[in-house]
Amino acid sequence: MTGPLVRDGLVTGALRRVGAVVVFLAAILAQLLPALARPRLIVHQIYNAGARSLIIIMLCGLFVGMVLGLQGFDLLQRFGSEDALGVAAALGLLKELGPVVTALLFAGRAGTALTSEIGLMRTTDQLAAMQMMAVDPLQRVVVPRFLGGVIAMPLLAAIFSMIGLFGAQLVGVQMMGVDGGAFWSQMQGAVRLDDVQEGFIKSLVFGIACSLIAVYEGYHTEPTAAGVGLATTRTVVASSVLTLLLDYILTAAFL
Amino acid sequence: MTDSDRPTVSSAPAGDAVVEVRGVHYSVGRREVFAGLDLVARRGRVTAIMGPSGTGKTTLLRLITGQAAPTEGEVRVWGERVASLGRRELFALRRRTGMLFQNGALLTDLDVFENVAFPVREHTDLPEPLVRELVLTKLHAVGLRGAARMMPAELSGGMARRVALARAVVMDPEILIYDEPFVGLDPISMGVIVRLIRQMNRVLGITSIVVSHDVHELAAIADDSFLLSQGRCVASGSPEDLRRSDSEVVRQFLDGVADGPVPFHYPAPDYRDELLGSRTPAGGRRSA
Repeated sequence: MTGPLVRDGLVTGALRRVGAVVVFLAAILAQLLPALARPRLIVHQIYNAGARSLIIIMLCGLFVGMVLGLQGFDLLQRFGSEDALGVAAALGLLKELGPVVTALLFAGRAGTALTSEIGLMRTTDQLAAMQMMAVDPLQRVVVPRFLGGVIAMPLLAAIFSMIGLFGAQLVGVQMMGVDGGAFWSQMQGAVRLDDVQEGFIKSLVFGIACSLIAVYEGYHTEPTAAGVGLATTRTVVASSVLTLLLDYILTAAFL
Repeated sequence: MTDSDRPTVSSAPAGDAVVEVRGVHYSVGRREVFAGLDLVARRGRVTAIMGPSGTGKTTLLRLITGQAAPTEGEVRVWGERVASLGRRELFALRRRTGMLFQNGALLTDLDVFENVAFPVREHTDLPEPLVRELVLTKLHAVGLRGAARMMPAELSGGMARRVALARAVVMDPEILIYDEPFVGLDPISMGVIVRLIRQMNRVLGITSIVVSHDVHELAAIADDSFLLSQGRCVASGSPEDLRRSDSEVVRQFLDGVADGPVPFHYPAPDYRDELLGSRTPAGGRRSA
C-alpha cells in the first residue's frame, strides 16, 4: 500500500499507536497476578472510578429513561401498543443505552481523571521516583486503576439501566397513563437472560477499552502542562469513538 | 530485603570506585549530550557533578540509575554494567540507591508519614510499630517529625525536599544521588539541605553524588568535583583544585562570566541578515 495516507504517516502512525496500546495491555496482563494480591488498592480504585461517578450516572440514567419513556410512548401509541413501553425501554436500556451512555460518561468523568492523575504523576517525577525506589509503577499505579475501571463499568451500567427504567416508568406510567401492570409484566415476560448478558458483556468490553485508553494516555503523557491536557483530550475522543465502534461490532455479533 | 535480592557484587572497599562512567556517548534525537564522558564516584565520598544548564547533568543521573542507556561506552555501579542488567537486577540495585529528585517527587495522594513509609511498606513486611519508629526516626533527622501528617501540597519547597531526603534514606541506601538539591530554596532551607547532605554522608557513610550548578554550596560539601561542558568532563579534582584552575571553561563557570567558551548566544544566523531579511528565526514558525 503506497497511497497518500501511508506517505503522510497517518496509517502507519495509527497502526504504531494501536500496536503500542496492545503491547501496553500485554504488560498490564503480565502484572495482573501480583496486583491482585493487593485487593485494597483495587477496591480504592473501584471507589474512585465507580462510586465517584455515581451521581452523574444516576442523573443521566434518569433523564435518558425519561426521554425514552416519552419517545417510546409517542411511537408505540401510533400503533396502539403503548403497553409494550416497558419492554422497549428495558431492551433499549439493557442492551444499548445503558452500556454505551455509561461508557461515554465514564470516559468523560473517570477516564479523564485517570489520565490526568497518572499524567501529573509522570510530569512531577512521581513515577520516576517509584522506579528509583524499585517499585514498578505499572504494578503499583496502572494495574489497580485499570482493574478498578473494568470492574466499575458493568456496575455503573447496571445502575444506569435501573434508574433509566425508573425514569421511563415515571413518564410512561405516572405521566402518560400507560398501565403499570402491563408495563412491568410485559417487560418481565419479554426480557430474557441473554439480553441482560449482552448488556453485561458490552459494558465489560467498554470497561476494558476505556480504562486501557485512560491509563495508556496517562502513562505516556508528555511531561508538560500541555501534554497532560492533550492526553486528557485524546482519552475522551479515543474512548468515545472506540466505544461506538465496538458497540456496532458487538451488536452485529450478538444478532 | 533479602540477600538473594541484592546484585551479585560485593560492596567496594573504602575509597574504591562505586560508580564508573567510561567513554559514554549519549544522544537525544540529533543532539549529542555526551561525547566521551569519563568520571568516577568513590565510596564514602561526596562527589559533585557541576556544569552549566543543559550540559546533561540530570541525563547522567538517568544513565547511572538505569533509566536510560548510553549509545556508546559504559556506566558501572559496584562493577556491574547498568545497561546490561535485567529488570530484577536493576531493581535490586535501586534498592541500594536513594535518589532525591529536583522537586522532591513526593506522592501527592499520601501524607508525609506515608511517603517516607512507602518504600518500607513496598519492600518489607515489618510490623506497624517498627515502620512507625523507622519513619519517625528519619523524619526527626530531617527536622520534620512534627509535619508527619501534613500533605505534600501543604509543604514549602524546602520542607518537601527534606521529606524526600528522609524517604531516600529510609531503606539505608549505600549510594545517595541528589538532583539539583538547592534549586529554588531560600538561604535557610539551602543551609539545612547542605548540612543534611554532609551529615548523611558522614554519619551513615553513604556515597553521595550531587548534581548541581551551585558552586559555593558544592564547595562546602564536596570531596571530589567534576565539571561538565559540551558533553565531556572538562575539569576534575577537589573544589580547591577547581578554584585554582586556569582553564577558561572552569574560570567562566566559577566566576559566572556571561560569555566565553560557553557562548552567551545560542547558535543563530547572522543578526543583520535576520533583522533586515524576511526569514523567520531559525526553526521558528510564523504566528497566524
